[in-house]
Amino acid sequence: MQDFAASFFEAFRLVISLDPDLLEVVWLSMRVSLSAVVMAALVGFPVGAFLAVARFPGRGLLVVTISALMGLPPVVVGLVVYMLLSSAGVLGPLQLLYTPTAMIIAQTILVTPIVAALARQTLEDLHDEYRDQLVLYGLGNLAQLKTLLWEGRYSLLTTLLAGFGRAVAEVGAVIIVGGNINHVTRVMTTTIALETSKGNLALALGLGFILVTIAFAVNALVFMSRAAAVRHAYA
Amino acid sequence: MRENLLSAVQRQAMPVLPVTGADLKVSRKGRVLLDVDNIEIAGHGTTVIVGPNGAGKSLLLNLLAGLRQPDRGNVRWNGTPPSRSRYCRFGMVLQHAVLLRRSVKANVEYALRAVGHSRNEARRRAEASLGEAGMERLAHASARVLSGGERQRLALVRALATHPDLVFLDEPTSSLDPASVMAIETMVQDASVKGMRAVMVAHDLAQAKRVADEIILMHHGRIVERAATDDFFQRPQSETAEAFIAGRLLI
Repeated sequence: MQDFAASFFEAFRLVISLDPDLLEVVWLSMRVSLSAVVMAALVGFPVGAFLAVARFPGRGLLVVTISALMGLPPVVVGLVVYMLLSSAGVLGPLQLLYTPTAMIIAQTILVTPIVAALARQTLEDLHDEYRDQLVLYGLGNLAQLKTLLWEGRYSLLTTLLAGFGRAVAEVGAVIIVGGNINHVTRVMTTTIALETSKGNLALALGLGFILVTIAFAVNALVFMSRAAAVRHAYA
Repeated sequence: MRENLLSAVQRQAMPVLPVTGADLKVSRKGRVLLDVDNIEIAGHGTTVIVGPNGAGKSLLLNLLAGLRQPDRGNVRWNGTPPSRSRYCRFGMVLQHAVLLRRSVKANVEYALRAVGHSRNEARRRAEASLGEAGMERLAHASARVLSGGERQRLALVRALATHPDLVFLDEPTSSLDPASVMAIETMVQDASVKGMRAVMVAHDLAQAKRVADEIILMHHGRIVERAATDDFFQRPQSETAEAFIAGRLLI
């Protein structure tokens, strides 16, 4: 019990003193997860928008598939990306395995279905609501989509934050493709797993505090973005 | 929005009146929803379409506005099929106003930008339109949190701000308080006096008497009678019209 208490104090000390090792891990986590979210947005938003307004044979199957992919097991994604990036894999020559780039790829695969599926739902609901009115303005598909994206901006921001939450808390995929290499691919979740197994609870707890704080911050951002939306006449 | 920018001169060169429908038929699951041989909307004034629930009034409005396609027949705007570029000549107010998640003024500005006005011109016209409607104090409020009456008034301001040739109104005053009904009727009448053609679906016969220059009565998807307002109410030509005026006509 005393050990746990000491670990808590040590964890606080590490966080408050801005321990360089801890900051390095936090920074890499943020860099990898934010990059993955940006990549997921670049792919997921257009896919979601297309599925929201387009009608074609097989669309329903595609919508169901993308929704199902929201629950992709991270370790399976890690395994697939590992096989692609390993020296025997089709992308082996790129030498990306055990690099932050590999981790970004894995997290992008995890987050993209979330962004695409939630964006599709948001934009489809808006499209159902606004379709006749936008047609009456004589707007083409592209102009309609632009309006829908703007009208759904706060919901889409929430989508991105949900994707970021998934990415930053994920451990299975990044530990497989990143290898948890010190000063290279060690992120918060993999470090917590490693340090806990080593008995170094202080660092694990310190990172745990930060991870939970980030989760709170993300939720606070969602809440604040909604409040900002109301302030800016969006309701 | 940019793809839709047209100069005022270009828009004037794209008249939509007369709007005609010929041999219009719409069915669902074997049930005829609409069966109209001929209809023409031209000239000036306000036409009010009345009839019991399910008579096909709103469907007819949607067909004429080009929002729905008939199973059979065709709609023509000044002799040619409906086209996207001429929507700028229409205004439409739906039963439940569809307002953008923006301020009151931004909603009007959006409509003006959509028909080709510059940003500054749209802002100026939006302010003027809201001022004429007595809504300037709401200009910066969120359009989505307005009361039902304010929402419908805003929808009408937005539709009229572009100075359309023709405005369709689909039960714009249903479930509104008397003051809001009066405000909307006044706005429609003022626009009509200025030369705008209006076609309105309504349930309230008293409102039809107040607003309409002519009445179209629909029943079971068909146009039963079309007459000047006084003639319709004083000298109905069909038993259906008599029954409707007497409040005895059900679907």
